[in-house]
Order: sequence, then C-alpha cells, then structure tokens
Amino acid sequence: MTQDQWTTVADVASAVCLLGGAFLAFAAGVGVLRFPDLLARMHAGTKPQVLGLALVLIGLALRLRSGGAVWALVLVAVFQMLTAPVAAHMVGRAGYRTGKVRSDLLVVDELTSDQERAQARDQGRPDDDEPRD
Amino acid sequence: MTVVVWVCGILLTVGAVLAVIRAEKGPSMLDRTIALDIVVTTMIAAVALYAAIERRTDVVPILVVLSLVGFVGSVTIARFAAVEPEGEGRVRTREEIAAQEAERMDAEDEAEGSRRTGRREGYDEHHGGGAEGEVRG
Repeated sequence: MTQDQWTTVADVASAVCLLGGAFLAFAAGVGVLRFPDLLARMHAGTKPQVLGLALVLIGLALRLRSGGAVWALVLVAVFQMLTAPVAAHMVGRAGYRTGKVRSDLLVVDELTSDQERAQARDQGRPDDDEPRD
Repeated sequence: MTVVVWVCGILLTVGAVLAVIRAEKGPSMLDRTIALDIVVTTMIAAVALYAAIERRTDVVPILVVLSLVGFVGSVTIARFAAVEPEGEGRVRTREEIAAQEAERMDAEDEAEGSRRTGRREGYDEHHGGGAEGEVRG
C-alpha cells in the first residue's frame, strides 16, 4: 500500500476509536444518572475513565502520528490506569464506612461477613482484645 | 471526519450533562465526587477530540494536567468523607438559607453579648489584678 492509503487507514481507525471513546463517556453519563446506589455508580464511572479514555487517546495518537506527543499520551493513559484504582478504592471505602452501600442490592458482601466473624471471635475471647496498660 | 466529530461531540456533551445532573441530585458527597470525576474525564476526552480534529500537538500537556487534577480531587474528598445527616446532601431553597442565616446571626449576637458582659464582670479575676510577685527595682 502507498503512503496515502496508510494515512487513510490511520484516519479511519482513529475515527472509530474516537467514536468508541465518546460512546463510553455517554454510557457513563447514563449509568451514573440511572443506577441506584454508590457502588453501581462507581461501576459506571470507571468506563470512560479507563477504557473510554484509552480509546480516545489511541484515536488521537493515530491522528497525530508524531513521536513526542504520542509518548505524552501514553503517559496520560498509564497515569489514569495507576490512579483510577486508588481513587475507586478510597471512594468505596469511604462509602462503606459512612453507610452508603445498600446491602440489599449486593449479591456477595464478604467484607461485612468477615467483620462479623472477626467481631464474634473477639467476643469469644475477650482477653485478647483488652488494652494492656 | 466532520460527521464523526459531530457525533463524538454530541455524545460527550450529553454524557457530561447527565453526570452534572447526578452531581446536582447526588444524595451524598461521594456520588458527587464520582459524577465530577466523570465530568473531568469527559473534558479530557473533549480536549483530545479537539486535538484530533485540528491535529494540534500543543494541547497534549493539558491532557496530562487534567488527568492529575481529577485524581487529586476525588481522593481528597473521599479521604474527608463523613457520615452526613439525612437531607444534608440536598441543595437548600432560598427561604431555608435565609432562615438558617438568621438563626446563625442570632446565635452569634448572643455569644458576642455574653462574651462582652462576661469580660466586664470577670475582668479582674481573669487577669489576676496587679502582679503580686513582681520583681521591682
């Protein structure tokens, strides 16, 4: 294929990636508005943040096609992938501790059952948990 | 390409608007955090879309900065999330704000008044009068 054809292919691939990313951002908007509780909304919010942004950045990289800018885009993608789990963990933990998690919507809730087990064990052996002072 | 740009722009705009509606409604601070996170990500996507249309490489640093800012914001709010009383998370009406403001002003006036009289009565006691053990000469 000639140079010209390659350019066209890259542009079309970039358009597809941009459309996919924009659709995921739209889906996140719908999800965050429609879903009933905090964890479901977090689930919706992750979509544009990782996959959608990655698609948009790939689309942009295919369109720019120059070395330095593409490395900066890789940096943005890697940074999002590193920080999204941290932010989600913080929000989820804060939500659980402040009682924003609706347990009637959960299929599995291992944290609550683990905490109950730990509490029952502590009550069984009260000496273990006494402050030693 | 023009059609693609229009479709992408509309999808991003609608997504951001829906997220903003959730940020307004959101019963708790954490829901708002998530919604604003989505708004920031949509902004990154919009800037990337603009760079893709115009083939501009000079806006790429903006993407880096925006991705940093979104992370710091959501982590900070999550760190300081507290149990909110029922109804606290809702936007208040004008009348409610006025009533609360009046209540606050009253409380402040009262506190100010009691502080003044308290000082006048107890002035000597608090400061202990003259210094008895003072070294003179």
